[in-house]
Amino acid sequence: MSADRTIDQTAAHIAEAIREGRTTAVSVTRAFLDRIDAVDGTIRAFLHVDHEGALATAREVDEAIARGEELGPLAGVPIAVKDVVVTKGLPTTAASKILEGWIPPYDATIVERIKAARMPILGKTNMDEFAMGSSTEYSAFGATRNPWDTGRIPGGSGGGSAAAVAAKMAPLAIGTDTGGSIRQPGAVTGTFGGKPTYGSNSRYGLIAFSSSLDTPGPVARNALDAAMLHEVISGHDPRDSTSIDAPVPQVAAAARTGGSGDLAGVKLGVVKEFAEGAEAAEPGVVAAYEAAVEQLVKLGAEITEVSCPSFTYALPTYYLIAPSEASSNLARYDGVRYGLRAGDDGRHSLEEVMSLTREAGFGPEVKRRIILGTYALSAGYVDAFYGKAQLVRTLIKQDFEKAFEQVDALISPTTPFTAFAFGERTGDPYQMYLADLYTIPTNLYGGPAVSVPVGLSEGMPVGLQVMGPVMGDDITYRVAAAYETTQDTLLADTAPEIEKG
Amino acid sequence: MTKLNTFEQAVETYEPVLGLETHIELDTNTKMFCGCATAFGAEPNTQVCPVCLALPGALPVANRAAVEATIKIGLALNCRIAEWTRFARKNYFYPDMPKNFQTSQYEEPLCEDGHVEVLVEGKTYRIEIERVHLEEDTGKTLHVGGATGRIHGATESLVDYNRAGIPLVEIVTRPVPGTGALAPEVARAYTAELRDIVRSLGVSDVRMEQGSLRCDVNLSLNRPGEPWGTRTETKNVNSLRSVERAVRYEVRRQSALLDAGERILQETRHFHEATGETSPGRSKEEATDYRYFPEPDLAVMEPSREWVEELRAGLPELPRKRRERLQAAWSLGDKEMQSVVNADAVGLIEATVEAGAGAAGAVKWWLGELSRRANEAGEELTGLAISPEQVAQLQGMVDDGRLNDKLARQVIDGVLAGEGDPADVAAKRGLEVVSDTGALEAAVDEAISANPAVADKIRGGTHAAAGVLIGAVMKATKGQADAGTVRQIILDKLK
Repeated sequence: MSADRTIDQTAAHIAEAIREGRTTAVSVTRAFLDRIDAVDGTIRAFLHVDHEGALATAREVDEAIARGEELGPLAGVPIAVKDVVVTKGLPTTAASKILEGWIPPYDATIVERIKAARMPILGKTNMDEFAMGSSTEYSAFGATRNPWDTGRIPGGSGGGSAAAVAAKMAPLAIGTDTGGSIRQPGAVTGTFGGKPTYGSNSRYGLIAFSSSLDTPGPVARNALDAAMLHEVISGHDPRDSTSIDAPVPQVAAAARTGGSGDLAGVKLGVVKEFAEGAEAAEPGVVAAYEAAVEQLVKLGAEITEVSCPSFTYALPTYYLIAPSEASSNLARYDGVRYGLRAGDDGRHSLEEVMSLTREAGFGPEVKRRIILGTYALSAGYVDAFYGKAQLVRTLIKQDFEKAFEQVDALISPTTPFTAFAFGERTGDPYQMYLADLYTIPTNLYGGPAVSVPVGLSEGMPVGLQVMGPVMGDDITYRVAAAYETTQDTLLADTAPEIEKG
Repeated sequence: MTKLNTFEQAVETYEPVLGLETHIELDTNTKMFCGCATAFGAEPNTQVCPVCLALPGALPVANRAAVEATIKIGLALNCRIAEWTRFARKNYFYPDMPKNFQTSQYEEPLCEDGHVEVLVEGKTYRIEIERVHLEEDTGKTLHVGGATGRIHGATESLVDYNRAGIPLVEIVTRPVPGTGALAPEVARAYTAELRDIVRSLGVSDVRMEQGSLRCDVNLSLNRPGEPWGTRTETKNVNSLRSVERAVRYEVRRQSALLDAGERILQETRHFHEATGETSPGRSKEEATDYRYFPEPDLAVMEPSREWVEELRAGLPELPRKRRERLQAAWSLGDKEMQSVVNADAVGLIEATVEAGAGAAGAVKWWLGELSRRANEAGEELTGLAISPEQVAQLQGMVDDGRLNDKLARQVIDGVLAGEGDPADVAAKRGLEVVSDTGALEAAVDEAISANPAVADKIRGGTHAAAGVLIGAVMKATKGQADAGTVRQIILDKLK
């Protein structure tokens, strides 16, 4: 693989090259825009590309460097942003028809921080509508293709961000993770995905799916790049009252520590129940995962089996809590103030217009979850469904807390199966939901987790998930970065060339 | 439709049970969950932002001043202040509610289990407060083109979100039995007391005409000794008088239905200011399921005991204590004080006394002439275009003998007509008492010579006959003489 192309470089290298004057932010940004122009016709990772905006930011960076200004560690490194994150002046749709054409008048806090870090925003990436799905097949604007095999899904909901990084259309991207939407796409596209501790990254300006679970985080090619982006976007935000007011874990430093390849004394737990489930991972995934565990042992890590009995109920618990919150969060899309308005022809009442708008604007998976959530919260059922799910959520948290009394981090495959073919799982929602079997517990707990590429199964990437304690994001990066030292090349660099469409 | 009973008939047969839910808009500078201004009367949709418009991605942050104000209200109503409290979402679709859910409180309100006492016709009623909680107001919708002004049948609906997100405190009573024929007065007195308490706390100026205090009146009837009946909830009753009328109307309406052997529907009803009647809204039996659940976008609140005690220590003198103090200072009997309270004149009289008038004079003007004027105009006393300072000045002029009562009433005409302060009006209209004795003596002489028979009677010792001559003199001076002075001159001349 030709490593002299700009687009093959890691974000850390690109940033250094810009800072040291070996290249310019404009030429870097142009290289990624050119790559988008060349291959996104095939991959379809972007819903909107902002050539002018990205280049304008890049020019500012170059001018600032020429003036000798001190800039942040990722200044001039372009980034793609998942379309669920609000960007002032750039279309933001959450891949839904109901928001088609809406131009936000404000920036999400994490976008403000990206702008303050002087990172050119390349555009907005595709996803499952309102982040509900594991394949991007539920995007209202067509699915994104997996760069490893364009007949397969790129994961979801953040398939666009993962595919953009995997196809080298962006060195970095923003994802959001409610049940695995950063980690599972990372695993199936051979990229690195980080889901930070809930509350450590602001949700202000993140179009809400499930408020108590949604967490924005980094998508990258390796642990250090992800950690650097993590540090750009994280930290307390007074506009998000669930935001944690405490110092951010030093994840970039942790990634560098991990880069020494030493895990001596680090205790890693393997969750017994994950290996036992009826829906255990497919053999190729298990093989790649076990090979990765062997590597971790070689680096000095101690592996212990831990029991988290409540994890068995994580999937049903999630599918009560997340749709319940979503049914309420998505109530605002009614055609009254912004976005799509259907039936406003003088013959329909206001209430009918609201109803017709929602009928026309939401896709099938979103409707399914709104109905599920509305049911779970309705009088007579709320205690048995939503209420019970909250109780189980507490048990899952306790399982994590107990586990972290014994070990520093938990490890598992990120997802039970590799990228599947389009259409393979859309007929049965449960088969789709299984993609998040191993990622969901962390969301219910609120802790951090990352997915790092560890190999292939039948030619398709497999990810290793590292889960840490709340505000212990550093250990997840350290373990992942240590694993990376056991590989000669990044998995992302071994992807097949994309046929230009 | 069943013919209504008279109220008196109704309360002979049935016992009413009241319940009141009161919403009060707080006077915070900013909205409940965002930094938008709250001023009343701004151009539509100028006090809005991503949060209160519920733009995608926007998140709420609770306003500490509103939480503090609610705790103060809770303390003034003798409530327990929660140590752990949170917001909840009340889900229902309505275009004036940007999120299509209202951020409110459900199972964990800020304040619970209080009470307030009100005095009606010499009897004290203890009203139990179930809860005081904090929520946000909705926007305002204007439905254009329909016959009813309601959403059904409208050709256009306009929404103003300036009010959306203004902090709203909801105060809910427990059912209030045992008020009998005084149910309307008790409901009114409770609402007035609540308003006065909230005003005294300085957390809302409670302008009912601007909708900053809104009542929902619950009412059921039962025969003595029988279980409570089915209640109706009359929504948006927005003045003290309307509260009283709504209770009275529901008592009459429900009793007639019960007399006819019919069932009371548990329903929401609308109150009509013009007729004083209520009409059915949507039926509770087919009502929305609000699907309450804890608001995941807002952190749980745990008001510290230190903070609560600090707020308790800082509470001002509450209306009841204040009334007791003023009653003593003004030397009023219980009945008189009750009249003052009923007329909503405590503050007006207090300010008039502060402006220099004697208490007796201040009470006399506000409860007498000015109450009469307010009634005639269909206004609240506080709505009259005369200030306590002006009333004090008027009384001062009477005390100095510059005005008599008749002239004073004419001066009030002028003040109410916007002609200025009493002194200005008296000067402009030429209403001062004639104190020139020479002129008065001439007028008396004229009266005596015009009424010789009367003059003889007076000379004969029948002093009561002087009234005829006084009347003649007053007529001649166009009422601008002091009757006492005229009488003295007459008696002196006819000794």
